Amino acid sequence: MKRGNSFTRREGVIFDIGGEGRKGYALPDLDVPPCDWYREGAEPFRDDIDGFPRVSEAEVVRHFTRLSKMNYGIDDGLYPLGSCSMKYNPKINEELARDERFCGVHPLQPESTVQGCLQLQWELEEFLKEITGLAGFTLQPAAGAQGELTGLLIIRALQRQRGDNRPVVLIPDSAHGTNPASVRLSGYRAEEIPSDAKGCIDLERLRRRMDRDVAALMLTNPNTLGIFEEQIEAICQVVHEKGGLVYCDGANLNALVGVARPGDMGIDLLHVNLHKTFSTPHGGGGPGAGPLGVVEELLPFLPFPRVIRDGERYLWEENRPNAVGRVHGFFGNFGILLRAYAYILSNGPAGLRAVAEGAVLNANYLRALLEKDFHIPYEARSLHEVVFSDQKQESAGVRTIDIAKRLMDHGFHPPTIYFPLIVRGAMMVEPTETETIQELDAFAAALQLIAAEVRESPELVRTAPHTTPVGRLDEVAAARHPIFRWRGPE
Amino acid sequence: MNPESFRYSKEHEWINGEGELRTLGITDHAQAELGDIVFVELPKEGDHLKAMQPFGTVESVKAVSELFSPVAGEVVEVNRDLEEHPERINEDPYGKGWLLRIRVADARSIEPLMTEAEYRKYIQDSSR
Repeated sequence: MKRGNSFTRREGVIFDIGGEGRKGYALPDLDVPPCDWYREGAEPFRDDIDGFPRVSEAEVVRHFTRLSKMNYGIDDGLYPLGSCSMKYNPKINEELARDERFCGVHPLQPESTVQGCLQLQWELEEFLKEITGLAGFTLQPAAGAQGELTGLLIIRALQRQRGDNRPVVLIPDSAHGTNPASVRLSGYRAEEIPSDAKGCIDLERLRRRMDRDVAALMLTNPNTLGIFEEQIEAICQVVHEKGGLVYCDGANLNALVGVARPGDMGIDLLHVNLHKTFSTPHGGGGPGAGPLGVVEELLPFLPFPRVIRDGERYLWEENRPNAVGRVHGFFGNFGILLRAYAYILSNGPAGLRAVAEGAVLNANYLRALLEKDFHIPYEARSLHEVVFSDQKQESAGVRTIDIAKRLMDHGFHPPTIYFPLIVRGAMMVEPTETETIQELDAFAAALQLIAAEVRESPELVRTAPHTTPVGRLDEVAAARHPIFRWRGPE
Repeated sequence: MNPESFRYSKEHEWINGEGELRTLGITDHAQAELGDIVFVELPKEGDHLKAMQPFGTVESVKAVSELFSPVAGEVVEVNRDLEEHPERINEDPYGKGWLLRIRVADARSIEPLMTEAEYRKYIQDSSR
C-alpha cells in the first residue's frame, strides 16, 4: 500500500492492519476458577471469526481518525445538495438535546414526570400549525417519506369512510422518487402528470385527467426545479372539485417558511422535513423527522398518540378510534423534535422569514454568477435552488458526472446530479441561507474554473477527481458485480 | 444508426419483425441517455403486455427507468442473457440487447408507431 502523506494517503480496511496477538484491552488475571462452557452444557456465545481484526487501541484510534478526516460535512463548508437543504445545524440545538433533563428521560415514565417534554411537543405542533396554516400535526414520522406514507394512509382512511375507493394518485414528472414509492407502498397506483414548458404542472392536462378515480394529487411546491407553482390555487381547485385531496411534499418548505403558508393555498396534507427546513442534522441517514400536518377534516385519522393539553396539564391522547394506527415506536424521534423546537424559538417569526429570504437570495445569486457558463433548462425564476444542465459542456465530451467529480478537486461537495429526472444532465444547486457571500463566491469561482477547464483541457475534467484519496470509481463494475463484504487475500 | 425497417415509440422502444411474432428493445438513443445499464427487470413468458403500460424496469448508474410496451401482446421469449450481461443493451441495442419476443395482439397496432426518419426527428425536437 502506498503510504502518501497524512492528507492524501489511502486508508485500507481495518482487516489490513494489525497483527496476531494484538488487542485493545487488558483484563486482570482471573481470580475465580475458569468455567468450561461446553462442559457445563451451555452454548458458546459464538465461534471465533476467521480473519477478525487483531489491532491495538492506538491502531483502532488512528484508523478511524484518519477515516474521519476524509469526510466532508456541513461543518467543513458549503454542501450544495439540491432538494436536501444541507443547512448548518446550530450547535445550541445539539447542546440542548444532550442536556440530561431531556436525554435522561425514559418514554415509559409517567406523564406527570415528563410534563416539560410533553409541553415541548405540544408547542412544536402549535408552531408547525401556525407556520403551515394546517389544523393539526403528528410528530411521529421519522422521515419525509414516512410522512408521505402516513398521509396516503390517511387519505385512504377518509375515502373508506366515505365509501369511495379511488385507485390513483397523480404525481408530476418532476417529483421526488419517494412520492411514487410511497404511493405504491400504500396500495395506490401512481400516474404521471407532465410538466409544461415553464417547468410547472400542466394545468390543462391536469384538468383533463382529473376524475373520480383519482384519490389525490401529490406535488412539491416550490417544485424540484426550484420553481413556485404559481397556479397552485387553481390546481387545488381542480382536484377538490372532483373530490380529490392535495398532498404537498414539504421538502422545499424552506423557500416559503415565514412568507407563505401551504394551508392557505388549498393544500390538505403536508409533511415537513425537520432535518431540512428546521436545521436538524441529516445524520448518517438518520434519525430524521417528517411531521405530517392535515386540514381539520382529516384530524381524526392522525396516528396516535398525540399530546393534548388539559388546563395546565399535558397528556397523551391514546384513544383515537379513527386513527390510522401508530407509525413510530414510542413518540417519534424526540431528540430531533427538540432541536427543531429550539431552532424555531431562536429564530422567531422574523428570523424564519429571513431564512426563506436568505435561501432564495443565495440561490439566485449563484444563478446570476453561473448562468453564463452553465445552461439553465427552465427560465422561470428560482426560489431556494437552481437547476443547471451540462448542455454547454456536452460538445467537449464532458458530462454532469465529470463536473461533479471535478468539484471535489476544488474543495467542494458536489451538488445533486441527474435529478430532477426531467432535466437531462441536471445539476441541482441549493446553497441554503447559511452561506456567506464569500463562500458563495468561492463556490461559483470553482464552477467557473471548471467551465474554463472544460473548454481548454476537457480530459482533466473527464478523469477527475485527482486530489482525493481515491480517484474515479468504477461505479458500473460496482453495480454490476457488487461485493458486499471484505474477503481476505485469496 | 437506427435500423430503417424498425418502428419506434415515444418512450424510446423499438419493435421489429414480420407477422405476429415481434422483437422488442430500447433504442440506441435510450441506452446512451441511460448510461451504463446495470440491471434489467423483465416480465415472464406468458405475461400479457398492455399498450403504453410499463412492463419492466431498466437500471443504470444514473437512474431507474420504466420500460413501456409500444403495443399489446403476449410475451413469448425473454432475453435471459441480460440477467448476467445487462451491458449487451449498451453494446448492441438493436441486436444482442433485445428484451422480449412478443406475440402482437393486433398487427395493425404497429402502424401508428414512428418510422426511423420520424423517430430521428422526434429526438431532435425533444432534446432540450
